Amino acid sequence: MHLLYPLIVSAGLFSIGVYGLLARRNVVLVLMSVELMLAAVSLNLVAFDVWLADVLRSGQVLALMVIAIAAAEVGLGLAIVLQLFRQRATSAIDDLDTLIEPDSQR
Amino acid sequence: MDPDRAAASGARPERRGWLSVPTTLTVLTAAAGARDEFADAPSYLDVTGSEIIFVLIGVITLGAALLCVTSRNVVRAALWLVVALGGLAGLYLVLTAELVAIVQILIYVGAVVVLLLFGLMVTRAPIGRQPDLDTPNRPVAVVVAVAAFGLLVAALIDAFRFAYLNLDSTGQGSPETIGGALFGSWVLPFEVLSVLLLAALIGAIAVTRRDVGAPGRR
Repeated sequence: MHLLYPLIVSAGLFSIGVYGLLARRNVVLVLMSVELMLAAVSLNLVAFDVWLADVLRSGQVLALMVIAIAAAEVGLGLAIVLQLFRQRATSAIDDLDTLIEPDSQR
Repeated sequence: MDPDRAAASGARPERRGWLSVPTTLTVLTAAAGARDEFADAPSYLDVTGSEIIFVLIGVITLGAALLCVTSRNVVRAALWLVVALGGLAGLYLVLTAELVAIVQILIYVGAVVVLLLFGLMVTRAPIGRQPDLDTPNRPVAVVVAVAAFGLLVAALIDAFRFAYLNLDSTGQGSPETIGGALFGSWVLPFEVLSVLLLAALIGAIAVTRRDVGAPGRR
């Protein structure tokens, strides 16, 4: 199999994640887009590992670690989202504008 | 590839002056160190069976991902994410990475998506169609995503159009091989990762506890 097939699928998955990250309003949906981008990175790691036929299997081991880190990230992210919802009663990113400059237009 | 390395590895040396500017292709392929394998890569017109399966599953995965980020219904978006990540597990299987595929299904589909659904329920996201799930800067997001995709694909085609995966060698990604590597060469990063997971667990509990850091409550 040509290496370009997994690489282009991975690039597409990453770009879809970028779109979701920028276009979504709900915080949980933004977290889903981050998951898509991490999954694209894992696909790249596995494809390059198979291509280079590494003796230490570093690409696939790193892909496993990315999966574990993604799980930890989702756990912490949802904890923050939950606390945010308790304090602000919202889960829309546009409402979280405490750090914005007072005189900038919205 | 610089002439010394080419001569050392037995490949024919490049007939180029010292002052010539290397192209992107030369730099990237020299970085990969696999220029010799590029000579006998088959043509793109000889489509193998694994390539057909890969493209089919890849189209399903990309379509599900696109529906996930454009769906107007938050629960449906989470369920499309299940399809996308499950399709990705299928892609791993085609690439002979069996253990990664199994772990992908176990952790992503089994744990992460369930956690995300819990998050949607806990924040009382309205079930059903919603008109205002996207921000007003959606056209900008489309432009950025399409530009990123175009740039990535152009660079990848320039760099890796001759690279060829050999999927015939069996046992590359079997649980035995990866487990041996994980608990042999990579045991220290593995243990550090377990500490990271413990820290994330404690951090999540500490962030969500009600009686910590709330002034005037106790």
